[in-house]
Amino acid sequence: MKGFFAIYLREFLLFKKRLFRVLLSFSINPLLYIFAFGIGLGKNINIGGKSYLEFLIPGLISATSMVQAFAINIEINIARFYLKIFEEFQASPISYFSYALGEVLSGVTRAFLATFIIIAISFLAGVKFYLNLYFFLTVFLNAFIFASFGLTSAMLIKSHADQALVTNFIITPMMFLGGTFFPTENLPFFIKPIIEALPLTITSHTLRSIALYNSFKYSSLLILSVIAIISFIIALYSIKEAKD
Amino acid sequence: MSNIALKIENLVKKYPSIFALKGVSFEIKEKELFALLGPNGAGKTTIIKIIAGLTNPTAGKIYLFQKNIFNNLIWSKGQIGIVPQHINLDIELTVEENLLIHGLLYQMPLSLIKKRISELLELANLKERKNSKIKELSEGLKRRVLIIRALLHQPKLLLLDEPTVGLDPHIRRRIWSFIKNIQKTGTTILLTTHYMEEAEFLADKVAFIFSGKIIGINTPQNFINQLGNYAVDVYFSDKLKTFYFKDKTNAEKELLKYSKNYFVSLRRVNLEDVFLNYVEKRL
Repeated sequence: MKGFFAIYLREFLLFKKRLFRVLLSFSINPLLYIFAFGIGLGKNINIGGKSYLEFLIPGLISATSMVQAFAINIEINIARFYLKIFEEFQASPISYFSYALGEVLSGVTRAFLATFIIIAISFLAGVKFYLNLYFFLTVFLNAFIFASFGLTSAMLIKSHADQALVTNFIITPMMFLGGTFFPTENLPFFIKPIIEALPLTITSHTLRSIALYNSFKYSSLLILSVIAIISFIIALYSIKEAKD
Repeated sequence: MSNIALKIENLVKKYPSIFALKGVSFEIKEKELFALLGPNGAGKTTIIKIIAGLTNPTAGKIYLFQKNIFNNLIWSKGQIGIVPQHINLDIELTVEENLLIHGLLYQMPLSLIKKRISELLELANLKERKNSKIKELSEGLKRRVLIIRALLHQPKLLLLDEPTVGLDPHIRRRIWSFIKNIQKTGTTILLTTHYMEEAEFLADKVAFIFSGKIIGINTPQNFINQLGNYAVDVYFSDKLKTFYFKDKTNAEKELLKYSKNYFVSLRRVNLEDVFLNYVEKRL
């Protein structure tokens, strides 16, 4: 387990050194979304008897935790292609499992920090919603899934440029379509089943259900858990692939 | 047999368009400093990467203290310390933080990590720089950090891949004496270099590698003795030709013979002469 801790500690130390910049960047996006979509555009919008701002916050937490967890790919890319530190990990006697767990949990930590910032900003903006253990468990699973995806993409790509393609074609569309900014009920029939099967959509619906109505389906957590395990296994294989 | 630290048998590495290694075999005794000497692209780094588990060979076997490393990968990684050609340190972290993370990666107890960091910073004369960020250090100091990081977990085999490449001559010599001191502690060392004088100064045994093949293995002195002790360089109008002699008298006679018409010089034979001689025979 020391191997896992070494990987996590490295990310933590780097994170700590950039704490002020990181906190600032974590705060800017939610603030913009809350002001632009929530207070500005969403002032007169009402969804299911709730204000748009109340509707938006859980979606924003889903999307932000996804983006921040996935963002570990940037750190891994820098370690792999620029600093070449990935070779140090490869040469050390740690298992792929330890390496993957260290990286993924550092992504989960980023995601939780971003989540706490949104919650704090929301409360300051006067938005009230329910929070419980299942809410944070859902955030954890969502972050775990996308940190695993981030690790996989960082291992499979061959350059920094390829990474931008993954973000532009997968993460950004998912962020806008995954039940974050608008309800998925009215989506066209041919795309609705695909969008609703996305882990981000399941997370958005679950978080919204807990935040607004203090209820949720256990099946959603089960599905997210299964996706989390599968995505972690894929990440393990991708590390093996990165060897040559 | 029991004092063989590393044994490489018929190692082959094929990349899609090229054979980087074409059946490399050699062995290194315990506590020996063995140098792989060859030009860029000869296959030196590929050998280091395979031993360190960074890439897989196409064929061949490697034994580390009689154990097949491919069947004991995690164990063998724990026995090896690697100093790569490029500086792969975390530039935003301090010297101490880089070393701490390495110690944890190698499953060392925290108390031992702290003890070893203190010892090695002393050895490398870096005690005052332990809280400096890597990006604040000179290239020579970064190299020293790389070397002590590889030594932190007390490896039985140290792999040094071109440890002085790109360094100024005076810093290179400091690194050489540092490597000599490491060897005195009983560590077996495999060094790759394309600097002939580096291999001549440091190595107990040298293997010439050229185009993915070992073309000669011997001690630096035996290599030189095979060719002769003295070299006479004659600068003809279109090319330089070197003649080799066992004794100085014959070398001086040759020098006189050509000195009337050409620019000539007399010097001691070095490892570069031997290497070029081996390569010429191959071409």
